[in-house]
Amino acid sequence: MALLEIKNLHAEVDGKKILNGVDLVVKKGTVHAIMGPNGSGKSTLSYVLAGKPGYTVTEGDVLLDGESILGMEPDERAAKGIFLAFQYPLEIPGVASMTFLRTAVNAQRKRRGEPELSTPEFMKRVRWMAEKLEIEPEMLRRAVNVGFSGGEKKRNEVLQMSMLEPRLAILDETDSGLDIDALRIAADGVNRLRSPECSMIVITHYQRLLDYIVPDVVHVLSKGRVVKTGGKELAHELEARGYAEYQDDAAA
Amino acid sequence: MNVDVKPMKTAAELSLAGVYATAKARLPGGGAVAALRESAFRSFDAQGLPHRRIEEWKYTDLRALMREARTVAAPPDAAAKDRAKVAPCVIGDVECRRIVFINGVFVPELSDLSALEPGLTILSMAEALAKGDVRVTQHLGKVLDNNDAALALNTALMGDGIFIHVAAGAAVDKPLHLSFFGPDTPASVFTRSLVVVEKAGRAMLIESHEGASDADYQVNAAIELVVGDEAHVDHVKLIAEGVKALHVSTLLASIGARARFNDFTFTTGGAVVRNQVFLRFDGADTVAGIRGANLLDGKQHVDTTLVADHHAVGCQSRELFKAVLDGDSHSIFQGKIIVQPGAQKTDARMMTQALLLSDRAESDNKPELEIFADDVQCGHGATAGALDQNLLFYLKARGIPQKEAEALLIQSFVGEAIEGIEHAGLREVLLEAVAAHLAARK
Repeated sequence: MALLEIKNLHAEVDGKKILNGVDLVVKKGTVHAIMGPNGSGKSTLSYVLAGKPGYTVTEGDVLLDGESILGMEPDERAAKGIFLAFQYPLEIPGVASMTFLRTAVNAQRKRRGEPELSTPEFMKRVRWMAEKLEIEPEMLRRAVNVGFSGGEKKRNEVLQMSMLEPRLAILDETDSGLDIDALRIAADGVNRLRSPECSMIVITHYQRLLDYIVPDVVHVLSKGRVVKTGGKELAHELEARGYAEYQDDAAA
Repeated sequence: MNVDVKPMKTAAELSLAGVYATAKARLPGGGAVAALRESAFRSFDAQGLPHRRIEEWKYTDLRALMREARTVAAPPDAAAKDRAKVAPCVIGDVECRRIVFINGVFVPELSDLSALEPGLTILSMAEALAKGDVRVTQHLGKVLDNNDAALALNTALMGDGIFIHVAAGAAVDKPLHLSFFGPDTPASVFTRSLVVVEKAGRAMLIESHEGASDADYQVNAAIELVVGDEAHVDHVKLIAEGVKALHVSTLLASIGARARFNDFTFTTGGAVVRNQVFLRFDGADTVAGIRGANLLDGKQHVDTTLVADHHAVGCQSRELFKAVLDGDSHSIFQGKIIVQPGAQKTDARMMTQALLLSDRAESDNKPELEIFADDVQCGHGATAGALDQNLLFYLKARGIPQKEAEALLIQSFVGEAIEGIEHAGLREVLLEAVAAHLAARK
C-alpha cells in the first residue's frame, strides 16, 4: 500500500514557481532516490513535504496514508512520522542536544497518545545510537550543532532520525560536505533504520551515497517535475552521463 | 546665551516636598545624617523629578509617569507580617539567611540574624542611623559621587534598610537574602542599605522586591556597596513587584583591586521600573560581570541604566542584558562605559539583546563608550528581533509544538545571561522562573 502519494504538486516560493506537477508514489518500506541538477526543485520538494512556512502549494496534493497533510503544521506531520534530515542542520545556541532530543521524542509520543519515555530508557537509547554513530557523549551535552563540524551535524541528524523512528524519512543531501568515512558512518545509521515500517526519500546529486544506501527506485527531477523513473541502475547512468539531457529537455 | 528656565513644579513634586517636610522630624538620624538629608533634598528640589530632556532619563519620563507622589507607608501590621511569612519564597529552597522588610521597615521576627558567621555584622539601617554608627556614616552617601535626582530623593527620605559589614578575609558562606515586600496600600517606600565587604571578604547578596498586585505603591530603593581589594561579591536582584507598582532602584558600587564582582538583575514585575547601576572600578585587575534579563508583558516599562566607570588599570567588565518583550511592553537599556585617562588595559564588552514577541512591543538600546585611554579594548553591540523562523521550523519539524518550540528558544535566549550567575542553585531557580513565565503565556 502507498504510504505517500504526491499528486500533481505545484509549489512556489516568493511568487516563484519551483515545482510544476510532481507525481510520486512511495510504498511502505521502500527507498526512493531523487536526483537532479541544481535548481530542479529537490530541496523545495523536501521542504513542502515537511511543511516549511513560505512554501506555498498552488495545485495538487500530498497524501500520507491516504490523508492530505498540506493543512498540517510541521509538528503534526512529524508526529505522523515524517522526518526531514536537513541539508544544512541549524545551530540552536543554549539548547542542549539531550534536552532537544528528549523534548522532541516526548512531544511526538504525547501527540500519538503514547507514554513518555522514562529517563533511564531514553538515556539508554540515546547512548546506544550515539555510540553507533560515533557521537561522543560530550557532544550531547553541548548546544545543538553549535561548534559541530559539517560531518558531526549530519551524524546528529541521523541520531535524531534514529530516536524519532519515522515512517517516512526524507534525507536532503545528507552526503554533502561529508568525507568518505563520515559518509559511511551516516549511511550505516540510515541503513539500520531500513525496515518494512520505514520508507525513505533520499535526495542527492551524486550516485556515491546510493552505493551505501541502495535505493529501490530512482527518480530524476528537472524543472520541478519527475522526468524519469527507473531502478538503481539509473543512478549509475546519471553518474556516467550527467544531467545535461534532462536539463535541456524543456518540460513538455 | 543660557536662560535659566524654572519649570512649574508638578503636583507630585509639590507633594514630595510636603512628604519630606512632614517626615524629616521623624526620620532616623540626627546631626550629620539630617544634614545629608537636607542637602540631598535641596538637590532633588532644584532638579525636580527627572524627565525626558534629562539625557539619562530620556526614555523614562518620571515626571510624566509619576503623576502623584504617595505618602510614606506606615510600618506593617500583624496581617502584613503574616502574609509575608506564608508567601512562597521567590528564591525557592536556596539556602540563605533571610532579612525581611515590609513597607520599607526591617522585620526582625521574620529575619534570621542568629549565629552570624565570624566577621559578619548586620544591623538595621534605621538603628544604625539613629545611633549615628560611624561605620555607616563614614560611607553613607559617599561611596560614589552621584547627583541623580531619584537617588537624592532616596537619601532625603531614607527610612530603613540594612547595614552589612564583612570583615577582612571573612567568608560569608550563606547568601544574604534581602527580601522586600511592598505596601498593600497606595503608599511609598524609601529604603537605603549599605554593604561593606572588606579586603578579601566573600559575600553573596540576593535582593528581592515583591508586592501586592492591586496596590499602586511606589518603591525607591538604594544600595551602596563597597567591594574591598581582593573581595568577591555577588549581587542578584529580583524585581517581581506587583503589576501596578512603580519601582526605582539604584546600586552604587565602588570596587577595589583584584576583586570579583558579579551582578545580575532579573525583572518580571512592576508597571514602571527603573533599575540604575553605577559602578566605579577603583583598583587594578578586577573582573566584573554585570548582567540582566527582563521578561515583560502588558504595558510594562522597564529601564535599565548602567554606568561602568573604569578608573583603574587592567580591569575587565562584561555586560550582557537580555529582554523578552510581549504585549505592549517597553524595555530600555542605556549602558555607558567610561574609561578614564590612565585606565589602560581596560577590557570592557557590552551586549544588549531584545527579543520582540509582539508587533507592539518596543526596545530601545543606547550603548555609549567614553574612552580617554589609548590602550584599551572596548566594544558594544545591540540586537533586536523576533524569534528565528528557521529555528522554529527546525524544532517543529522534529515534532515540537509551536508554543514549546518558542519556549525552548526563549529560554535559551535568556539562559545565556542567567548562566553568568555563579550560584548554581539560584541559576536553577531563575531558569525555572523563566519556564513558568513562558508556560503562563497565552
